[in-house]
Amino acid sequence: MTTNVMIVGVGGQGSLLASKLLGHVLLSQGYDVKVSEVHGMSQRGGSVVTYVRFGDKVYSPIIDKGEADYIISFETLEAARYMEYLKPGGKVIVNTQEIDPMPVITGAVEYPQNLVSKMEQAGASVDAMDALGMAVQAGSSKATNIVLMGRFSKYFKDVEESAWLTSLEACVPAKFLDLNRKAFALGRV
Amino acid sequence: MKQLMLGNQAFARGLYEAGVEVVSSYPGTPSTEVTEEAAKYDEIYCEWAPNEKVAMEVAYGACLAGKRSFCGMKHVGLNVAADPLFTIAYTGVNAGMVICVADDPGMHSSQNEQDSRHYAIAAKVPMLEPADSAEALEYTKMAYELSEKYDTPVILRMCTRIAHSQSVVEPGERLVPERKPYEKNIAKYVMMPANAKKRHPFVEQRTKDLTAFAETCDCNRVEMGDTAIGIITSSTSYQYAKEVFGDNASILKLGMIHPLPVEKILDFAAKVDKLIIIEELDGIIETHCKALGLEVTGKDVLPSIDEFSQSLIAEKLGMKPKEGCQKIENLPNRPPVMCAGCPHRGMFYTLAKNKCTVLGDIGCYTLGAVAPLNAMEMTACMGASISSIHGFNKALGEESEGKTVAVIGDSTFMHSGMTGLANIAYNQSNSTVVILDNSITGMTGHQQNPTTGYNIKGDPAGKIDLEALCRAMGFNRVVVVDPYDLKECDRVVKEELAAKEPSVIISRRPCALLKYVKAKPALKVDKDKCKGCKACMKLGCPALCFKDGKATVDATLCVGCGVCQQLCAFDALKDGGK
Repeated sequence: MTTNVMIVGVGGQGSLLASKLLGHVLLSQGYDVKVSEVHGMSQRGGSVVTYVRFGDKVYSPIIDKGEADYIISFETLEAARYMEYLKPGGKVIVNTQEIDPMPVITGAVEYPQNLVSKMEQAGASVDAMDALGMAVQAGSSKATNIVLMGRFSKYFKDVEESAWLTSLEACVPAKFLDLNRKAFALGRV
Repeated sequence: MKQLMLGNQAFARGLYEAGVEVVSSYPGTPSTEVTEEAAKYDEIYCEWAPNEKVAMEVAYGACLAGKRSFCGMKHVGLNVAADPLFTIAYTGVNAGMVICVADDPGMHSSQNEQDSRHYAIAAKVPMLEPADSAEALEYTKMAYELSEKYDTPVILRMCTRIAHSQSVVEPGERLVPERKPYEKNIAKYVMMPANAKKRHPFVEQRTKDLTAFAETCDCNRVEMGDTAIGIITSSTSYQYAKEVFGDNASILKLGMIHPLPVEKILDFAAKVDKLIIIEELDGIIETHCKALGLEVTGKDVLPSIDEFSQSLIAEKLGMKPKEGCQKIENLPNRPPVMCAGCPHRGMFYTLAKNKCTVLGDIGCYTLGAVAPLNAMEMTACMGASISSIHGFNKALGEESEGKTVAVIGDSTFMHSGMTGLANIAYNQSNSTVVILDNSITGMTGHQQNPTTGYNIKGDPAGKIDLEALCRAMGFNRVVVVDPYDLKECDRVVKEELAAKEPSVIISRRPCALLKYVKAKPALKVDKDKCKGCKACMKLGCPALCFKDGKATVDATLCVGCGVCQQLCAFDALKDGGK
């Protein structure tokens, strides 16, 4: 049995640290883990996806349509983009921040409205949260990734909070540890 | 201790454990991290070379001198390094030499989708292909053993999904083999006709010997399951096949993909009812099997285009795809864009405004071709901007000279631009070249290059002076401009295009993402002054959007570069205070 988590967002939002933390904590719990990232051109403000898969034995490094148990999204439109990848009834944890993509900036199209309810209609169970606001509250907008992971830890009950905190310590620089602990705690509420 | 490692990181660990002492590479997605990670080991000398041909020749020199060496590159980099490869294949090595080539099926970050396996066949050198990080480490070590045993450079082929996936690895110890002293051997190392003629039979025999190795080596392994279906596969395709079939098929998993075994494949084929070849890009294993007289399913159902996935394989082989949530239709795309504060933007805005024909090159600035700037009309390969503007202007003369420019980044210029510039200087076309000098190799994630003054470890290094270099080639007109200053950019571009001799414009400002570049506070919009004219929106800056009839600044993205302020006729874009 493999569990599949997609971490999606806009290039530059910090998804690599989120997947690093997740990979670290899962490995510490004895799972076989694969994490697939995208580097290079798509990182320049494009739509980015990281796949995290874990279980007894994981083969493919990627998550395909209809396979994701969770989608953790840094941005609203990006969560909506991957509905086909989510298992019916799968969980979406989405930061309510909206970042206009270039076709919206150039005025070719409008940023779509009511995306949370559209995702629910599509068959997803959605937890929409102001992760950016919570990160700012914790001390830095850059901790949005850790807020989101905090929320994920609340739903994914197979890992104890203490294991998450141990991994957090291993994954973030010491001088940002307090800030990130705060961000994680705010997300986990 | 078990740890998660990127395929590229595990590859670097393999270099460390194999006792490699010299590494020279040119960055290219998805190969870059092999060298970046190797540079973290103090025991390994690592460098960024100006291009892949230089890198390969550096590695060659080091292996002749008796130390295990390495060079890494992306698939198109091997085109540049093909020249040394084909002849090093003849001379062989002294200490082991391994080359990483990373293919990019699906073109996540590349200009084409070429299959590098053809190079192993054409150059007659062995090629290994790992399917996860643990194999990347193991095969790297094996590659050095093979290189020394069979007197050949060995290529390790990665692909995006192996290079950029983390999986579990158990690192081992470093073992440096005893140095093999360099010995003068003109017959082996001087490839003039008389000597090369004697080396070619050695190369042919070596391929036969390596084929014999391929028959028995552990890296070509059979995993017997249900025998109704037999699958021959390698790399990430193996993982997809396991995901789809599990034990419901038998698999011959190839770790060495050139030369391919014969008996092993025939044996395997005899044990199964139906043979399927699952390989991304070209049908190379398939062609081999067909030449052995086997009937196979392969490229008749599986594509030669784009990367594979588990559901693609399932679907193409007649299985039902999994159902997900309903797709939400008509969502706007989010293509990659030049970052907020990108120094290239001001220059591209100027070139678009002056309706220039822009011949481009490879790097972040290729994004100058996308909306709304649409300010680039050609991109082919490293250095092509400069060489082809010369051809363009020779073909059209005055008709194009006054409005055509070549744009190329600093790193790309060092890689392959200098020779094209020499051609302009020598054969005298009235061409205008813009070097977009952002003081770093940007697209691949900030690698140093010969113009930055720092080496791969960030320590001070030699620094090539672009202005002096261009002048030394014979360019009288070399102008430096700050791309954040739109008025000055406009003046310089107009002046250099009008000049009746070749010129170089150096558009110089460091990449906004560099750590030492300090962002200014985000700009603020004075909503009373903003008339909603959208002049600022022409820049295509991701930090600017248009809401309720007014320009709006995204404070999390804006770095206060001030380029948009220069376009506002109503003084509505204000400096952001603390």
